[in-house]
Amino acid sequence: MKIKSLMRAAIAASFLSGTMLAGVAMADTAVKIGVLNDRSGIYADLSGEGSVVAARMAVEDFKAAEKGITVEIVSADHQNKPDIASTIARQWYDQEGVDMITDVPTSSAALAVNEITREKNKVFINSGAATSDLTGKQCSPNTVHWTYDTYALAHGTGGAMVEAGGKKWFFLTADYAFGHALERDTTAVVEAAGGEVVGSVRHPFPGTDFSSFLLQAQSSGADVIGLANAGGDTINSIKQASEFGITQGGQALAGLLVFLTDVHALGLDTAQGLVLTESFYWDLNDDTRAWSKRFAEAHDGDMPTMVQAGVYAGVLHYLNAIEAVGGKDPQAVMAKMKEMPTDDPLFGQGSVREDGRKLQNMYLFKVKTPDQSKAPWDYYELVATIPPEKAWRPLAEGGCPFVK
Amino acid sequence: MFELLGIPPQALFGQLLLGLINGSFYALLSLGLAIIFGLLNIINFTHGAQYMMGAFVAWMLLNYLGINYWAALVLVPVIVGISGVIIERLLISRLYHLDHLYGLLLTFGLALIIQGLFRNEYGISGLPYQIPSQLSGGQNLGFMFLPNYRGWVIVASLVVCLATWFVIEKTRLGAYLRAATENPTLVGAFGINVPRLITITYGFGVGLAAFAGVLAAPIYSVNPNMGADLIIVVFAVVVIGGMGSILGSIVTGFGLGVIEGLTRVFYPEGSAVVIFVIMAIVLLVKPAGLFGRTA
Repeated sequence: MKIKSLMRAAIAASFLSGTMLAGVAMADTAVKIGVLNDRSGIYADLSGEGSVVAARMAVEDFKAAEKGITVEIVSADHQNKPDIASTIARQWYDQEGVDMITDVPTSSAALAVNEITREKNKVFINSGAATSDLTGKQCSPNTVHWTYDTYALAHGTGGAMVEAGGKKWFFLTADYAFGHALERDTTAVVEAAGGEVVGSVRHPFPGTDFSSFLLQAQSSGADVIGLANAGGDTINSIKQASEFGITQGGQALAGLLVFLTDVHALGLDTAQGLVLTESFYWDLNDDTRAWSKRFAEAHDGDMPTMVQAGVYAGVLHYLNAIEAVGGKDPQAVMAKMKEMPTDDPLFGQGSVREDGRKLQNMYLFKVKTPDQSKAPWDYYELVATIPPEKAWRPLAEGGCPFVK
Repeated sequence: MFELLGIPPQALFGQLLLGLINGSFYALLSLGLAIIFGLLNIINFTHGAQYMMGAFVAWMLLNYLGINYWAALVLVPVIVGISGVIIERLLISRLYHLDHLYGLLLTFGLALIIQGLFRNEYGISGLPYQIPSQLSGGQNLGFMFLPNYRGWVIVASLVVCLATWFVIEKTRLGAYLRAATENPTLVGAFGINVPRLITITYGFGVGLAAFAGVLAAPIYSVNPNMGADLIIVVFAVVVIGGMGSILGSIVTGFGLGVIEGLTRVFYPEGSAVVIFVIMAIVLLVKPAGLFGRTA
């Protein structure tokens, strides 16, 4: 009898101390996060392994172990193909117990994962894809779109170019969901400002030689050639535009989506003077510098892109929501993520809107000249800070069906 | 036809010229493939990776050793060619008595390994390689602005292609080569070292790919996937021209470059598939290819 009660006490004590350590009673929450992105193709440098590194850093900074939450991170290569992305997403959700998928660059792949996540009632925090349809016509109650979108890019870079006098536009558009969305959103900005679109050409994705399209743009008489493409396609377009004397001929190039890694690959000689819109840059403030330094140490010395930063912040917010809810029920966690303000060292304070849109500042940058750049990866000069109310599409204009 | 009228003739000339420039790369690469297939009966899937190595070795020579573009144009084909010789001696030569398929699998696997290694080391976004100062700028031709470097690409590849054709069709070495293609045993009986001839041929074909890689470095992004993107198209070019036909691969290379260029004007969305559509038609009508002999 004595022994039995002693054992009971011991069990109770151990249980109590375990609970104390965990803070809240959730010692057995196991979360599995899938980082799904391009690990071998043209978007591999801007997302790829770097996004996995960022996700791991988020788990580390969240101090998951101390809070009694075990977090496992898995990753896979969707090769920028929607069908492959769908297959992996289904397998992860159905068979491997993945609770949340993050990153997913390539808009067509992101839209596919968006649908599957809704169908399976899981959570999707997108960082890599651009299409504003993720929080517009195709919005889902299970999706958060974190880092940027075509609307913000169009208003940032497009708006700045129109303001600088570029009224006649010609688009070089990657022929898939992302390019189409970016062209559509930028056209709206150009036309609203009294400009016109004199032509556009849709190039195969991914492409290698853009000279033919650039020549068509050159002879169109446009003031601005809008590059509605990304990654390797943008790099090649800009490189070849400079070769064909397009900027010297008085036409301006608008790289509507340019990442830090693209500028790195182009070199400042070719990239200098480009205006671009991003929501994160490693050299913004002390917090971003400190974090980026850690990131670089874990990732071969490469600085993070905004996509990788978005993965970090998104995973962190997700884990915070799980902690606050005390479980990982998708609906409860989604509601919590939208209710709680976001706060992280990379994007500062922000919030997640009803339609899944993450709201934060966007920044208009200009690429430095080789003389202005003082250190490796010192590429951007801040031109303007775009506050959230100007950066993001108003809730009512998105056409998201479940938002009343 | 209606759309043709929509395009001023000057613009059309410009597009034709651009098509020729792209065709130069197709021609150089398909020529190397055709030579290798002709003599070794190996479908060299490593060709794209070797083209990529050409661009990367040029970049390395410049950045690690300060060796400029012009020297690279000569050195790189030799360096990459030697790597090809090593691969042939070490690996490919063991497969000659087996079915084609094994050679294809081996070279395809090698291509994946080489690309993977470069991707690991240099990432995917590519590395900057400047156009040599002698060839920067361009000429205003009236109908278009032609960068000097692109003009040089056409000239250089035409010269190399024709020289290769001349060596194979008109010289004694070429005669040995062609004879060894027909009947290696008999040629061997005349005291010619056929295995060495095969090794040299493979090295030369690989060297051509590397040469194309150096030509491409300043205008396309130098990245590990640059060959993988191109090689599929080049295979289609070889199939259209006729497997193993030297002249056929040169002519179809340039010709398909032009056709692809025109598609980019009239129906840009289709420019990625037009070559494959042509390939399908050619295979249906003339399975041996436009210039191929029926076996």
